[in-house]
Amino acid sequence: MEKILLKNIHKEDSFKIETYLAGGGYVALKKALKERPDDIIQLVQDSNLRGRGGAGFPAGLKWSFIPKDPTMQKYLACNADEGEPGTFKDRAIIDNDPHLLIEGMIITSFAIGASSSYIYIRGEFEFGASRLEEAIAEAYEKGYLGDNILGTGFNLDMAVHRGAGAYICGEETALLDSLEGRRGQPRIKPPFPAIAGLYGKPTVINNVETLSCIPAIVEKGAKWFAAIGPEKSPGPKIFGVSGHVERPGLYELPMGTSAREIIFEHSGGMLGGKKFKALIPGGVTAPMLVEEELDTGMDFDSLAALGSMLGSGGMIVMDETTCMVRVSWIINKFFSHESCGKCTPCREGTTWLTKVLYRIEHGEGNAGDVELLDRICGNIFGRTFCPLGDGAVMALRGCMKHFRDEFVYHVEHKRCKVC
Amino acid sequence: MLTEETKTHIEGLLNKYKTRRSAVMPALMHAQKQNAGNLTEEDMREVADYIGLNPVVTNEIVGFYTMYNPLKDIGTYHIQVCANLSCSLRQAEFIIEYLEKKLDIKSGETTKNKRYTLTRVECLGSCGTAPMMQINDDYFEDLTVSKVDEILSNLD
Repeated sequence: MEKILLKNIHKEDSFKIETYLAGGGYVALKKALKERPDDIIQLVQDSNLRGRGGAGFPAGLKWSFIPKDPTMQKYLACNADEGEPGTFKDRAIIDNDPHLLIEGMIITSFAIGASSSYIYIRGEFEFGASRLEEAIAEAYEKGYLGDNILGTGFNLDMAVHRGAGAYICGEETALLDSLEGRRGQPRIKPPFPAIAGLYGKPTVINNVETLSCIPAIVEKGAKWFAAIGPEKSPGPKIFGVSGHVERPGLYELPMGTSAREIIFEHSGGMLGGKKFKALIPGGVTAPMLVEEELDTGMDFDSLAALGSMLGSGGMIVMDETTCMVRVSWIINKFFSHESCGKCTPCREGTTWLTKVLYRIEHGEGNAGDVELLDRICGNIFGRTFCPLGDGAVMALRGCMKHFRDEFVYHVEHKRCKVC
Repeated sequence: MLTEETKTHIEGLLNKYKTRRSAVMPALMHAQKQNAGNLTEEDMREVADYIGLNPVVTNEIVGFYTMYNPLKDIGTYHIQVCANLSCSLRQAEFIIEYLEKKLDIKSGETTKNKRYTLTRVECLGSCGTAPMMQINDDYFEDLTVSKVDEILSNLD
């Protein structure tokens, strides 16, 4: 497949505006600014582009919820708070092709009528934040940002806002609170951000990879995009492969490419030729797949049909030597560390899960602990403001669905079955 | 005390946002940077005063976000090693144990000469190049023991 999202990242000085322009950059912006904003929203709806941050919500539909009143202040916020373990795709674009994202953001802002936009980037991405700031300055200089962009009368400001180490700020309403200078804790919905978002004004929040698809859609059309991969979940997708494979890294492939092809062809197969055991298909939240499920297409609907999810497309591959109790403990420890503390079931539940998993993993499990995990999961799932607590439960249930015997063995024998 | 340079940074931040309060997170980070990675209570109060916020707001922010280091006595080089799943599958524990032995401290501690602080952290978004660590602002990836030795000997 022709690369769309990662086409520039290996070029020399790929981050500079000259390189981006030489590769046909900002042509889509010029085209978009001649269209009516509503037509661009329709174009993105027709393309069936779905949000690449994890939820897979149709991007054009999200944009269409923004009120049309031209006197109303509106915002675009780019979610660059990449933090779901196993996910490292947005950083590649931010560090190496920042103008692709910026161009996508300018077009999106024009479509929804936003005159102010922010990139919320996780605090640890110091390098990426500086790259973005330099690229934004270049775009202002060339007249792609600021007042009266390319003489069209459209005005847009863009700024980078750095987070400070809270995973929860990747949740869109927590992100907004953080941008407003508060603790990043999710807001109750409704009202949705499209109605009352940043500073109480209509706001679209899109992921880096989602926004980076926009220039190509404008340039090549909705039909072209919709024809890549499955009809209801199309487009190019960056799969980030990590764990026990020979060639971990980023692979841009059509949505719907099978997990088996990504692991065994693109990523060079299992590390050291060991046997495959399990795959987390889309960041640690996504329930695990086992060998017989590897022919599943990596797209939103195919994975949902299996009870898992595409999430961010961050694929963590594990071989036969991996202890699933340890994996669950590591994942749950993450969620309890990152719980914002707003909802009791999540704050207390994830901490409790981690304690029980710790003792099972360390040979101190009690009879009944496996059932206790089930009960705690039941008391978290669906009882919180945001999906963080649900994510912890989905990850654990997904693991126990296939490897419950390992948990039981740990409790009964006070040691691991596999390592 | 906030330096003139930090105040200039904060002044610049105030133009970026619709409200002054939005500048509080980056302002605190500038204050922390001027003190080599440590945030003092005095500076937190000064940031609040400068922006025009109740000091409870800066306390709230600093208590919530993990990248602020109030009174933690962080060393010149803050070594943060990812111990989340992808890194763990690629022997992050081994790297952490090696660093603990090499620096003669446990994770979460600072060496006596205040040169190094070692922290075990959650995912830093560098899973394809695991194991990895961050030292101050920089990422170091695809770590091996000999690479760790080389990186540490090349500091300053």
